[in-house]
Amino acid sequence: MSIELINIWYIVAAALFIFGLKQLGSPATAVRGNLLSSIGMFIAVAVTLFNAEILSFTWILVAALAGGLIGAVAAQKVQMTSMPEMVALFNGSGGVASLLVGWAALYNVGNTTFTDITIVLSIIIGGMTFTGSILAWGKLSEVMTSRAIVFGAQRVFNALLVVALIACSVMFVLDPSVDSPYLYAVIGLAALFGVMAVLPIGGADMPVVISLLNSYSGLAACAAGFAINNNILIVAGSMVGAAGIILTNIMCKAMNRSLANVLFSGFGAVKQATKVEGEVKPINTEDAFLILEAAQSVTFVPGYGMAVAQAQHVVRELGELLEGNGAEVTYAIHPVAGRMPGHMNVLLAEANVPYDQLIEMEDINPRIENIDVAVVIGANDVVNPAARNDENSPIYGMPIVNVDHARTVFVLKRSMASGFSGVDNPLFFGENTRMLFGDAKESIAAVVAEFKT
Amino acid sequence: MEAVLLGLVLMLSIFLGFELISKVPATLHTPLMSGANAISGITIVGALISAGAEVDQLATILGALAVAFASVNVVGGYLVTNRMLSMFKKKDTDQPGDQG
Repeated sequence: MSIELINIWYIVAAALFIFGLKQLGSPATAVRGNLLSSIGMFIAVAVTLFNAEILSFTWILVAALAGGLIGAVAAQKVQMTSMPEMVALFNGSGGVASLLVGWAALYNVGNTTFTDITIVLSIIIGGMTFTGSILAWGKLSEVMTSRAIVFGAQRVFNALLVVALIACSVMFVLDPSVDSPYLYAVIGLAALFGVMAVLPIGGADMPVVISLLNSYSGLAACAAGFAINNNILIVAGSMVGAAGIILTNIMCKAMNRSLANVLFSGFGAVKQATKVEGEVKPINTEDAFLILEAAQSVTFVPGYGMAVAQAQHVVRELGELLEGNGAEVTYAIHPVAGRMPGHMNVLLAEANVPYDQLIEMEDINPRIENIDVAVVIGANDVVNPAARNDENSPIYGMPIVNVDHARTVFVLKRSMASGFSGVDNPLFFGENTRMLFGDAKESIAAVVAEFKT
Repeated sequence: MEAVLLGLVLMLSIFLGFELISKVPATLHTPLMSGANAISGITIVGALISAGAEVDQLATILGALAVAFASVNVVGGYLVTNRMLSMFKKKDTDQPGDQG
């Protein structure tokens, strides 16, 4: 196939990506959108195999089968609760692939300086995406501590790192060769930079990191596209880059913080919230059942703790029983609940909760006064009234689900330890708050059992 | 000139990406992310050429590794996105999302 014909097919593939992304915009068409996008990918891969430059297929076949098999098994086996880790790993593998493509492009003859610059860019972005994603995976899967790691000379160190990275890149572009020591320096420094960039970001800020790495993996593909003069890489890569940036922006807005603040501050390291003290009012499952049975409207507010306790299925069961009992049941989802954008929605979808019962924060808050019972399951910061009232709180200014304005609030909590960010939560001491201590899954199962007797 | 044209393509795609993605509702953000992630596996196209072009042995190895990593990304990304999306259902229907 001639290069022109291949490029025409690439246009078809690009069009399918665009339609695919467009149809991802509604739950009703999203499955078809994903299918269209995968057909686009199939076309792009298939016509590339007809490229006259490809002389041998042995390694291609071996590598594609190995990679495809790993991907397919991982996609089938992964638990919905572990989705953030999975996406982090996929981001990483995309990043390292772009690094390798850029590196291999050095062997092409007749590279211009512009090409060399884009090669270096794809190596840098790909490399930092790779190590950043591996570190993000480590934090999300709690192989290592998920807290922000900050040390004294961090900013100085990072600044030096960036200077060294730029210097080595310039030195390499001035004399590009495949065995230039600066090439290895750039690869090493980019990998180190990825680690340093994710290190000071912890816990509740992880949705931002995942979105950002998602964007980088697209930008890396885009840079690799410039390196090998390939349109489809540029088009697809930059659309993914844009998608990641938008999600990053949404996450930052949902926490009322700038991207720079998320990336550099190290959450909770600076301010100490005003100590809140008071008496908590515990409740047992029988009393919780009696209140819920009398409720006309109940809203569940899930957080990362629901994922940890794997409580989504019993929550749905309770939701259905309440509906059967005549109550209006909704699920209020904060944009940064969980460890990645939309994390809670996927978990509830897995448990068969219809997506039209899931309500966004801006839509539930205006009518939360009319909700009889708000049930907070494993969420903390996203329902913390200190974000509204306490200027000293590290999360001050972050929009929250105003559950404290509901008539009654149940907070399901393992014990009285403070939440992920280590911030005290005045909600627990609220006049209308009842604490249901214990494992979220067991507590809800106990209430469900009460309903059934 | 080539660089300028590619730059134009880049700019238009970024605008298009922003237009398309900003309309996606919050409930679909996770599948959107993994679907977009699968698309970023497009780098496989470059990897295939490097792996098969027989320019240099090291280039072939780099290319083959890139094919393997990008395949994980593409195959895993699309499958897991499909798995997630088929769980999204509307109320009072047992049909998967694509038919509701």
